[in-house]
Amino acid sequence: MTLNRRLFLATLTATLAAPMVQAQTRPRVVVVGGGAGGATIARYLAKDAKGALDVVLIEPARTYYTCFFSNLYLGGFRTFESLGHTYGKLAADYGINVVHDYAVGVDRDAKIVTLASGVALAYDRLVLSPGIDFVEDSVPGWSTASQNAMPHAYKGGSQTQLLMAQLAAMPQGGTFAMVAPPNPYRCPPGPYERISMVAHHLKTNNPTAKILLLDPKDKYSKQGLFEEGWNKHYPGMITRIGPDMGGNAIEVRPDTMEVIVDGDAEKVDVCNVIPAQRAGNIAMLAGVTDANWAPVHPDSMLSKMDENIYVLGDATNQGDMPKSGFSANSQAKVAANHIRGALTGSKVFPAKYSNTCWSLITTDDGVKVGASYEPTPEKIASVESFVSQTGEDAALRKATYEESLGWYTGITTDMFG
Amino acid sequence: MPSSPISAAWANNMGKGRILALLLAALGAAPGAAETLGDATKGAAVFDKQCKQCHMIGEGAKTRIGPVLNGIYGRRAGAVDGFNYSKSMARMGADGLDWTIERLDAYIENPKALVSGTRMNYRGLSDPDQRHDLMAFLRDYSDQPQNIPESEPTALRTVPDLAPDILALQGDPEYGEYLSAECTTCHQKDGSADGIPSITNWPEEDFVAAMHAYKVKLRPHPVMQMMAGRLSNEEIAALAAYYAKIEN
Repeated sequence: MTLNRRLFLATLTATLAAPMVQAQTRPRVVVVGGGAGGATIARYLAKDAKGALDVVLIEPARTYYTCFFSNLYLGGFRTFESLGHTYGKLAADYGINVVHDYAVGVDRDAKIVTLASGVALAYDRLVLSPGIDFVEDSVPGWSTASQNAMPHAYKGGSQTQLLMAQLAAMPQGGTFAMVAPPNPYRCPPGPYERISMVAHHLKTNNPTAKILLLDPKDKYSKQGLFEEGWNKHYPGMITRIGPDMGGNAIEVRPDTMEVIVDGDAEKVDVCNVIPAQRAGNIAMLAGVTDANWAPVHPDSMLSKMDENIYVLGDATNQGDMPKSGFSANSQAKVAANHIRGALTGSKVFPAKYSNTCWSLITTDDGVKVGASYEPTPEKIASVESFVSQTGEDAALRKATYEESLGWYTGITTDMFG
Repeated sequence: MPSSPISAAWANNMGKGRILALLLAALGAAPGAAETLGDATKGAAVFDKQCKQCHMIGEGAKTRIGPVLNGIYGRRAGAVDGFNYSKSMARMGADGLDWTIERLDAYIENPKALVSGTRMNYRGLSDPDQRHDLMAFLRDYSDQPQNIPESEPTALRTVPDLAPDILALQGDPEYGEYLSAECTTCHQKDGSADGIPSITNWPEEDFVAAMHAYKVKLRPHPVMQMMAGRLSNEEIAALAAYYAKIEN
C-alpha cells in the first residue's frame, strides 16, 4: 500500500514536472444514445460528479420522441408534440457536451468512438444505450425498405406519426392488422396496449372496423387484463390469431397490402409489423454482443466483453428485467454510480433495480405490472412483483392511469432535466 | 370578518351550519345549495377521507406533512412557522392572501387553480356540498368569528407501531440521495406533483412512518409496497434524511 502510494506520488510529481503539452483533462465518459438509458446516465454522471467528469452524449435526434406513451397518441389521449423532448437543459444546466451525430464505430483497443461526421472521440468509459434494431428477415416479405407501407412504429418519432396517419385514413369497416413480435422485445405490454388504443380510436371514428392481431407467442404480458378490457370495451372488434392458428408463421406482402396466414392471403388496410428485435447496431459493431444482445454484469451493467464499456436498456441481456424505458432509467443510475466510483473514487453503493409498466385500455382504465430486482452472480433477478387485478373498480383504474401520467412527467424530467 | 347577518345569527344562537350557510350566502355562494351547506359532522368524515393523511386538526394537532389546520380561518397564507411552503404559497402570503371562506372554497375545489405551484398534492374536491361540510368542520377549530370549544383530537394518522430504535435511526443523507434515484423516476424532486404525490420536504418522522406503513402493507399501494418492502430500516432513514432537507 505504502509502496503503491509512493509510486503513485512519484508518477504524479513526474507528470506535473513535465511540460504540459495538453490542457489538463478530466476523465471522459462518452454516452451513445439519448433515450431512457443514455440521457439518464449522462445527467446523473454530470450532476453527481460536479464537474469532475467530461460527459459527452451522442444522439442523432435534436428532438427525441419517446416510444413510451406513443400508443396514447394513437388513442387520442396525447398530442404528438407532448412526446417530444430536447437536450438543451442537459447542455445548459448540466454542462453535458451534446453531439447530434451517429456513432458508427468503436475501436476498443484505442478507446475511441467514431462518428458519422468523421470525428473520433477518445473515452475513458463508454456507455452504449442504443435501444433496438430489427432482425431484418424475421417476418418474411418485410424489410426496412417497406416500413412506409407497413410501419413498425416501434421506435418513436416519424414512424409513430405514419401509423397514426394510416389509422386515421382507414376506410370505414376496414381491417387493421398487427404482426406482434416474438420474445424478447421492447416493452412487453406495448403491442397489446397499442391494440387497445387502436381499438379506442376505431370505436370512436370507425366503429365497424376490425383488428387482426397475429401473434407468434402463446401468452403475453397482462393478457388477462387486456382480454377483460377488450371484451368489455371493444366486443367483437379484435381477433387474435395465436401460434396454434398460424400466428407464428406470418408472411406479408407490402406491395399488395396482404398478410398470409396459414397459406391464406388476407387483404388489410393498415399493417403494423413489429419484427423480431436485437441490440441497437452500434452494440453489434462494438463487438459487445453475444448473438442478438449484449451480456452485462448484473451488479453494474458493465459489459461482459469489455471492462471499459457499459451497456444499458433494451440492448442488454441482463436477466429478468423487461426491456422498458423504466428499466433503462433504473439501470442507468446503477451504472452511473459504478462509473463515478471507478473514475473519481466516489462511494459505490449496492445495485437496486426496479420497473413498472403502465398500460391504458380505454379512457381512465389504466393497469400496471412491475417488479423489483437485485443482482445475483448469474443475472439481475426478480425479487418481488405485482400486477393489476381483473375486476378492479373504476376509481382504482382511473388512479392508475393518473399515476402513469405522473410517471411520464417524472421519468422525462429525470432524463432531460 | 364579522358582518351584520353573522352577528345577528350568532346572537340568535343558531347552529354553526346555519351560520356558515349565511356566511356563504353573504359571500355570493350558489344559492341553490343553501339547504345542504355546512354540516360539521359530515365535514369530519370528509376530513378523515380527504385531508387526514397529511393534515392534523384539533387539540394537540401539529404540523405534519401539511401545515396544522387549527386557526386556518383568517390566517395568512404560508404563515405556519417551520413549515416549508412552496414558493407559490409563500408568495401568496407575501401578497396578503388571508384564508377566508371564499378562498378556502376555491383552494379546496382546485388547489392549483388558486396557488399554481402549491406542494399540496390534492386534486381538489368538486362536490360543493362536501366542500362546505368540510369548511364547517374546519371552522370548529378556528377562532373566527367565534371562540372554539375545546375538542378531542380528531386527526389520527394511519401509521404502524414503530419500535423506538427505528425512530431513533439517524439516516445518512448521502446514501439517501443515491437511493432517491429510484424515487425520482416517478416522484419529482422539486415537489411538483401531478398523478404522483410529492415526497419532498416531508418531516423525517412522517417519511419513516409512511415507508414502514408500506413495508408492512398497511398502506395500500402495490408499487410503494414493493419499493418499501426491500428497503432496510437504515435505508428508509437515509431517504427520510435526504428528502427532509432538499432545497429547491
